[in-house]
Amino acid sequence: MILETTQQALQALFAGSVPADEAEAGTPRGNGVLTRDYKTHGYHLDAQVDAAQLLAAVTILDEGGFFIESITGVDWIKENQLEVIYDFSRYDFDACRVVIRTRIPRDKPEVPTISTIYAGANWHERETHDFFGIKFAGHPHLVPLLLPEDADFHPLLKDFKA
Amino acid sequence: MSAPIQLRPDETFLLNVGPQHPATHGVLRVKMQMDGEYIVKAETVLGYVHRMHEKMGENRTYAQYLPNLSRLDYLGALGYTHGHVLAIERAAGIEVPERAEYIRAITVELNRVASHLFWFGAFVMDLGGFSPLMYAIQDREHILDMLEAVTGARLTYCYYRFGGLYNDVDDDFIEAAKRFIPRMRKSLKKYDALVSGNIIFQKRLEGIAPVSAEMCRKYGATGPVARGSGINFDVRKNEPYSVYPEFDFDVPVYHECDSLARYKVRMDEMEQSLRIIEQGLETLPDGPIMAEKKPKNIKLPVGDYYQAVETARGSFGIRIVSDGDKNAYRLKLRSPTYSNMHLFDEACEGMLIMDALAFMGSLDLVIPEIDR
Repeated sequence: MILETTQQALQALFAGSVPADEAEAGTPRGNGVLTRDYKTHGYHLDAQVDAAQLLAAVTILDEGGFFIESITGVDWIKENQLEVIYDFSRYDFDACRVVIRTRIPRDKPEVPTISTIYAGANWHERETHDFFGIKFAGHPHLVPLLLPEDADFHPLLKDFKA
Repeated sequence: MSAPIQLRPDETFLLNVGPQHPATHGVLRVKMQMDGEYIVKAETVLGYVHRMHEKMGENRTYAQYLPNLSRLDYLGALGYTHGHVLAIERAAGIEVPERAEYIRAITVELNRVASHLFWFGAFVMDLGGFSPLMYAIQDREHILDMLEAVTGARLTYCYYRFGGLYNDVDDDFIEAAKRFIPRMRKSLKKYDALVSGNIIFQKRLEGIAPVSAEMCRKYGATGPVARGSGINFDVRKNEPYSVYPEFDFDVPVYHECDSLARYKVRMDEMEQSLRIIEQGLETLPDGPIMAEKKPKNIKLPVGDYYQAVETARGSFGIRIVSDGDKNAYRLKLRSPTYSNMHLFDEACEGMLIMDALAFMGSLDLVIPEIDR
């Protein structure tokens, strides 16, 4: 039930277009909502949004009563892009895991902070900034969390050399 | 005659708790702005045992990464390795024999009891009672001995394999586990009589450090912290995995939202884990402990995979992004204590420092698991 309503609400961000799946098509996927097979992937909805749509998408989940699982990044160096992945889940028995992802250019990695909506995003965003150098615009305290306080390196970038 | 000492009424000072402070149970540091004994503002400083396990996940094959998982949470390591093998099995489509899954559930629950026992002792010690720790460690010792005989390790287990187990349990283990259950039940009664009714203990916890359900949601708190705030959430029930649907057990939930509620949740959970172990031992099926058809070098299909499990501390998640290679392209570990600890800064504002330290104890922190 919640799966359908969340899917429809997220779908409304994209004016109804359904993107091709990259695993099937072999090309990078476009923005849009995909349903995933829970049994193999472990989550239900997979929405790729534009960085400008991020707050709108997260607000939908906040209003839907989801809790934040984690935020992380992936370095797609071949495509010269960074990806930020947001995981959300629910406390009730209507299991519904939602993944929001957004791709940003590697040379200007910036997305808006969602710590204004989910206070718990604060640390996750600081950690992602540590590891990937992604800037979260509007974050109240974007200083290293897990790395040393003077760290100027981002160890999970694929071109990082220790 | 010197003038009397006077402070400006708005004067506060900075207090550093940790990183080497016994109440933080490891190398955790909290910067606190204090107004007398009251906390005005707190800022948790992490990273003192950060080891970059996620980078190691990219550098090693999935099998080589197995030992890393037990080095996150040294008190309840089996739950974490369980999450990892389940994630790989889910993505690679490996069927695990039933006997192996039963043994996994039994050992994970034993480990959960061991973890809660140690937490119980340490928590009461935080509040000033020393002897419960000694009793708790004695009971935990029985579990560690059992697990050592089967897994070969006392803390950093590497027992599960993709598709099954490293070795089968023998009759000695089953006998020992069967003997352990009634003994542990007796101990739980003893702990209850020794600690739960103690008036000092209750006054230190009752109504202290309220964490609302809404706050849990905003921070992503799970496990006993969420269940102490009236949230009926346990991954074993909400998103069933392994053989947990086969077992009859309850999820203890308390609605008081205070430190005492979090204590009660964990104490009740030990009994529920014993019930699972009991049923598991009774119905343990015969058969192989390793999947027959299993690729030697595991490569996952392109895509990303998520697996959540209920560890002693809450919902542990592992996210694997695969590009089809034998290593993960990206491996993210979502640790429960990280989210549980995050709400501390906000929740402890305006609290007495002694209450805040009791609150910290009630969160059941394991720092290497936060820092990863």
